[in-house]
Amino acid sequence: MIDPNFVALSRWQFAGTALYHFLFVPLTLGLSWLLVIMETVYVMTGKEIYKDMTRFWGKLFGINFALGVTTGLTMEFQFGTNWSYYSHYVGDVFGAPLAIEGLMAFFLESTFIGLFFLGWDKLSKRQHLAVTFFTALGSNLSALWILVANGWMQNPVGAAFSPETMRMEMKSFADVFFNPVAQVKFVHTVAAGYVTGSLFVLGISAWHILKGRDLPFMRRSFAVAVGFGLASCLSVIVLGDESGYTLGDVQKVKLAAIEAEWHTEPAPAAFTLFGLPSQDKEETEDKIQIPWLMGVIATRSLDKPVEGLSELMVDHERRIRSGMIAYDGLMKIRGGDASPQTKALFDAHAKDLGYGLLLKQFTENPAQATDAEVKAAVKTTIPTVWPLFWSFRIMVGLGFLMLFVFAAGFWLNATNRLEENRWYLWLAVLAIPAPWIACETGWFVAEFGRQPWAIGEVLPTFLATSSLTTGDLIFSLAGFLTFYTLLLVIEIFLMQKYARLGPSSLGLGRYHHETKRALTMK
Amino acid sequence: MFDLLDYATLKFVWWILVGVLLMGFAITDGMDMGVGVLLPFVARTDAERRIAINTVGPHWDGNQVWLITAGGAIFAAWPAVYAAAFSGFYMAMLLVLFALFFRPVGFDYRSKIDDTLWRSAWDWGLFVSGAVPALIFGVAFGNLLQGVPFHLDDMLRSHYQGSLLTALLPLLNPFALLAGVISLGMLTVHGALWLQLRADDPVASRARKTTVALAPVVALLFLGAGVWLWFGVDGFRVVSAPPHDAASNPLAKEVARVAHAWFDIYAVVPAAKAAPVAGVLGPIVAGLLASARRPGLGFVANAFGMVGIIGSAGLSMFPFIMPSSIDPRSSLTIWDAASSHFTLTVMFVAAAILLPIVLGYTIWCYARMWGRVTADQIEAQSHSAY
Ligand code: HEM
Repeated sequence: MIDPNFVALSRWQFAGTALYHFLFVPLTLGLSWLLVIMETVYVMTGKEIYKDMTRFWGKLFGINFALGVTTGLTMEFQFGTNWSYYSHYVGDVFGAPLAIEGLMAFFLESTFIGLFFLGWDKLSKRQHLAVTFFTALGSNLSALWILVANGWMQNPVGAAFSPETMRMEMKSFADVFFNPVAQVKFVHTVAAGYVTGSLFVLGISAWHILKGRDLPFMRRSFAVAVGFGLASCLSVIVLGDESGYTLGDVQKVKLAAIEAEWHTEPAPAAFTLFGLPSQDKEETEDKIQIPWLMGVIATRSLDKPVEGLSELMVDHERRIRSGMIAYDGLMKIRGGDASPQTKALFDAHAKDLGYGLLLKQFTENPAQATDAEVKAAVKTTIPTVWPLFWSFRIMVGLGFLMLFVFAAGFWLNATNRLEENRWYLWLAVLAIPAPWIACETGWFVAEFGRQPWAIGEVLPTFLATSSLTTGDLIFSLAGFLTFYTLLLVIEIFLMQKYARLGPSSLGLGRYHHETKRALTMK
Repeated sequence: MFDLLDYATLKFVWWILVGVLLMGFAITDGMDMGVGVLLPFVARTDAERRIAINTVGPHWDGNQVWLITAGGAIFAAWPAVYAAAFSGFYMAMLLVLFALFFRPVGFDYRSKIDDTLWRSAWDWGLFVSGAVPALIFGVAFGNLLQGVPFHLDDMLRSHYQGSLLTALLPLLNPFALLAGVISLGMLTVHGALWLQLRADDPVASRARKTTVALAPVVALLFLGAGVWLWFGVDGFRVVSAPPHDAASNPLAKEVARVAHAWFDIYAVVPAAKAAPVAGVLGPIVAGLLASARRPGLGFVANAFGMVGIIGSAGLSMFPFIMPSSIDPRSSLTIWDAASSHFTLTVMFVAAAILLPIVLGYTIWCYARMWGRVTADQIEAQSHSAY
């Protein structure tokens, strides 16, 4: 029987290591393009200061990148180590984008990154710029493929279940690649990365400007970051809205949970700004609503309703019952029954097999489930609402906050009043953590909102695990906790040390700390 | 496009391709791991260590992608193997993973702080991150050859016998440890040859002495493992199975344990003997070339040796990938652990297009960065070099 504690530990480990990995990814995605921009200016104008900028921000990029690689390895292993039934069940589809990610993206990014750091003297200007460009392209392509894979978990198109091999098999690569969920996720996620990279450069530059250090260097860095950041932040919001619209199409449960919409309301639905969702009562209490907004976001219309969770659960019950028939058929087929009737019956219900499997947490044989077990399974077809409701609002709120930071910075910079507005510079420094929090809450929304499924409506999370023991999981969790804490402490130590040092860390003899030392020596 | 190759041929092609990725990993990243293993010994002062590190500095990250891609390819081409092996070898995989953690940070962070303790700690980190994976990969092969205690249930979920130490300790049996030492040895020799090519003295000359002493030992141990395999390890043989182009279902076949079965292939396909021959001769020739101060050719010879050693392991087990010692029927072979025809085709097309491109720019990068790393260079670039 399924041990809920073991499943919980497996989930904690995956969520923890994935969220930790994503502390480093967005900065790589965004900062790499900022480096390309800075270096392009250098190659075009020949001004050394842009080379120094590329190298200094590149140093910080490297400190971050190292941990991105380290923690990415864990992810590559973890489907097999901890989600082995998942790997068997969907590897035929899910494995392909991962392998192509390696061949197309990781090789590109990782082969050139070394030359970015160590090739300044061995490459011509243009060659080095090309190296920087390919590094950025590689990391962004890797985001593309991993989001194709993730998009398929959310919305498993282009594949079908095969009773013979007892797994999902790919039917159309184009459908998997052009999955609408994958597409909107890719653009929203890379834009989030660009916002992260920009705010990082913006905040650190602001800090140096506050201290009056290396002003020409930091002002230029600020200008590059604020322009790129403003455009990215606008994109992330528009594209996030697009994500929401796609959810209304293919992940209705997630959308209803994010909005704590328990019951279908007459169109156009109101948007709940704040409120206290209660899972037991299936109600959201004390809510503040904006009329119409929700209907417009989710359906882009004034007459289509947004389905509520209770109505969706009615449909889930139907699908669970249909899934019981599918499960029964599957067992017969695997037991050697080759009759066309059985096959026809199975095929008719095959798309609900996943719903039938949900019963496995209550009974060994879903085909024989009792009414009470079906009812209990229906309850598990929606995620817990309140964490989704709140994390979504944190992400969106931070999105608008950052939009303000970029817009104000852009304006102050354009009108040359940056230095006199110290409050703004401090705001920019304090805003540094915002994109990270938004990214982490965003992923929480995306993945927690997918529950109870590992693969949407196909494979329940609790079935997807490996056959390990709780002891194994405690060991590995302890290992990850120890190493990851240690690594994070070291990373932050180095990052803040070098961020504070500024371009003096390049040892070129022309920046703040070095010239100061030179002066006192005279 | 989708009748490009028939299903059985594709299954075979993917066996070759996974092999190529593993060999690519040994030749490229194996050399970095070898350098890591040698680091504390052939390089003593900080300057020497930085020389050694910077010979692989620009390349180790790209090289490591061979490993990652091999993992991804196994996931895509043999999902059943990815599932059973990675979860079955749970503890061993974690050890490899934790050891590998020290590589990116070791390379990137080591020289960012000027402190002896800090730097020597990372040097040992780089040592661990080279030695532990090199050893464990060999141990894994040693266990595959003996069969692994797992079985598949009727839902094709894999179950491994044991957990924590009861899963880990049986993996560390004498034959598997021998395989581990061979793997560690061959990668160390490989790293040493690279150092002779790219590092300045005294690092290079110490590496030469290591090669001359170690390479023949690798050949000898490999030969010894072959003898042990013949006398001491029963192989597996497929007794009956569905046709090769049938849908993948491991439980549909019958398998027997038979003495000497791991040598079947060499009788059926005599050309396969080239692999073990290369496995023995490669390191010996590499050692001779090193002592004749021809490390470039030695590097090539050792690469052939490693291809031979890895190839021998793969060929001996053919068509098995992961035999099961407790339920032979659950064993995974290249015919019944593979992905669907469609997926193998898609992946084949992707690999056929992308691998040559990867090789092209990888060679370009090596060519641009070629040259001996000297103490003066490190001194001049002390703020940017690793
Ligand atoms: C301000 C308006 C925003 C809206 C309307 C929005 C909307 C969404 C939605 C609906 C999802 C879930 C998609 C899914 O589950 O398929 C999501 C996920 C995510 N969001 Fe946002 N978001 C906004 C701002 C931001 C910001 C500012 C960031 C970070 C800088 C961010 C980062 C993420 C990330 C990393 C994910 C997970 C990946 C994904 O599912 O795309 N979002 N967002």
